[in-house]
Amino acid sequence: MFAAASLTESFTEVGEAFGAANPGATATFSFDASSALVEQITQGAPADVFASADSANMDKLTEAGLHGGEPVIFATNLLTIVVAPGNPLGITGVADLADADLTTVICADEVPCGRYATEIFAHAGVTVTADSLEQNVRGVVNKVTAGEADAGVVYVTDVTAAGDGADMVEIPEDINVLAEYPIATVEGSGSAEVGETFIEFLTGTEGQAIMAEYGFGAP
Amino acid sequence: MIPTAAPETVHRRRVAGERLPWPFLVLAFAAIAFFALPFLGLLGRAPWGDLWSILTSDSALTALRLSLWCSLCASLAALLFGVPLAWMLARVPFPGSGFVRALCTLSMVLPPVVAGVALFYGLGRRGLVGQYLDRWFGFTLPFTTTGVIVAQTFVAMPFLVITVEAAFRQQDTRFEDAARTLGASRWYVFRRVTLPAIRPGLVAGAVLAWARALGEFGATITFAGNFPGRTQTMPLAIYLANEIDPEEAIALSLVLVAVSFGVLVALRDRYLGGGRPPHA
Repeated sequence: MFAAASLTESFTEVGEAFGAANPGATATFSFDASSALVEQITQGAPADVFASADSANMDKLTEAGLHGGEPVIFATNLLTIVVAPGNPLGITGVADLADADLTTVICADEVPCGRYATEIFAHAGVTVTADSLEQNVRGVVNKVTAGEADAGVVYVTDVTAAGDGADMVEIPEDINVLAEYPIATVEGSGSAEVGETFIEFLTGTEGQAIMAEYGFGAP
Repeated sequence: MIPTAAPETVHRRRVAGERLPWPFLVLAFAAIAFFALPFLGLLGRAPWGDLWSILTSDSALTALRLSLWCSLCASLAALLFGVPLAWMLARVPFPGSGFVRALCTLSMVLPPVVAGVALFYGLGRRGLVGQYLDRWFGFTLPFTTTGVIVAQTFVAMPFLVITVEAAFRQQDTRFEDAARTLGASRWYVFRRVTLPAIRPGLVAGAVLAWARALGEFGATITFAGNFPGRTQTMPLAIYLANEIDPEEAIALSLVLVAVSFGVLVALRDRYLGGGRPPHA
């Protein structure tokens, strides 16, 4: 199963629960930026299921004629500002990120979280010059938890997953972006049935409960 | 096979020609195909029509310029620090030299991402030494061009060190002794006797280190991040381009392949162990 980097922790747990509920079926994951994964799949990487952090990359799979079933939205996510634990610099919102003395990292424009960050800056009417454009959302989180960067724009769920390593400063709803996560089986998959079963499990009560635990919104 | 016998013997064997048993030939050709196929695939998918416009775009030129600058600086840094280190490892017996050699070549075999993470904890803003750079001089390496050079030097210098150390070891030290007894200073002997003797190893080591620095990806993106014009070298630009526009990625890759291949071909015969020994 190929899944967006922001799904790392939640999907690992969903996978375990799925394995427990369906003896004989195991879910193994490859996590990376959705854009990297869709490129790998179109190059023939053996994926049964693709879970994307945006519809644009799922559309790419559709264009390539590679999705098995219709994609379904299984979760939503909001974006937030990730800061060091306790927010030592007292960052209050997106406008603060425009400060040139602040080391800010966001995702590259090529990956969904980077596009979302740019949209949010546009909504807020601020110009942010990032110090680094990371290749996936985990790169942003890691640079903040390692203390190299002061702030970054990531998904709410990434900060939840970082535990004590990071805190968040909320981005108000009127300028935020709601990220919708679609999932679909991949055409030519060796085990399409197991893939369908996994999607049913994920959109079912148990799967949705786990996703909520990690901070994802319901579709 | 590398002929190790005296020159006369080498000559005779060359005339007779080397006959490999056919299973060896088959395996050797399989190995050549294994190396050639991926590059043929790359050439086959190249957007020849748009190649020029892609390569002369601002973003491509910026990444190329940064890549060349950083890899050149990294090679010079590797030479500056690596040659004395190689000299010490080859010539000065000291307890724990095996340990030191292992330490200084570790970054060559580690996954580059590990090297990048380790650099964080050594030279990053919260790192062992990095925190003092930040506190005392307000200077941090991550997200800077200097950070890229540091990351590249870290993974590339071992290639120079092991090559130059081997050259130092193979050198006949009696010439240096003779020069010394004739009254030459240490520095003069190093410049006029030692350096010319190890020159092939020096060039080979510097080129290998340069090629490694040019292709460096993992340590760079982990330690220095990715920002066009500052830390986005060619490999980083290729990685990101591949996610939205594979054709652009292929075009950029071709440049790296061409540059690296050209340099290796130009230097191979004389310095990288192919062809005749340089003084034959």
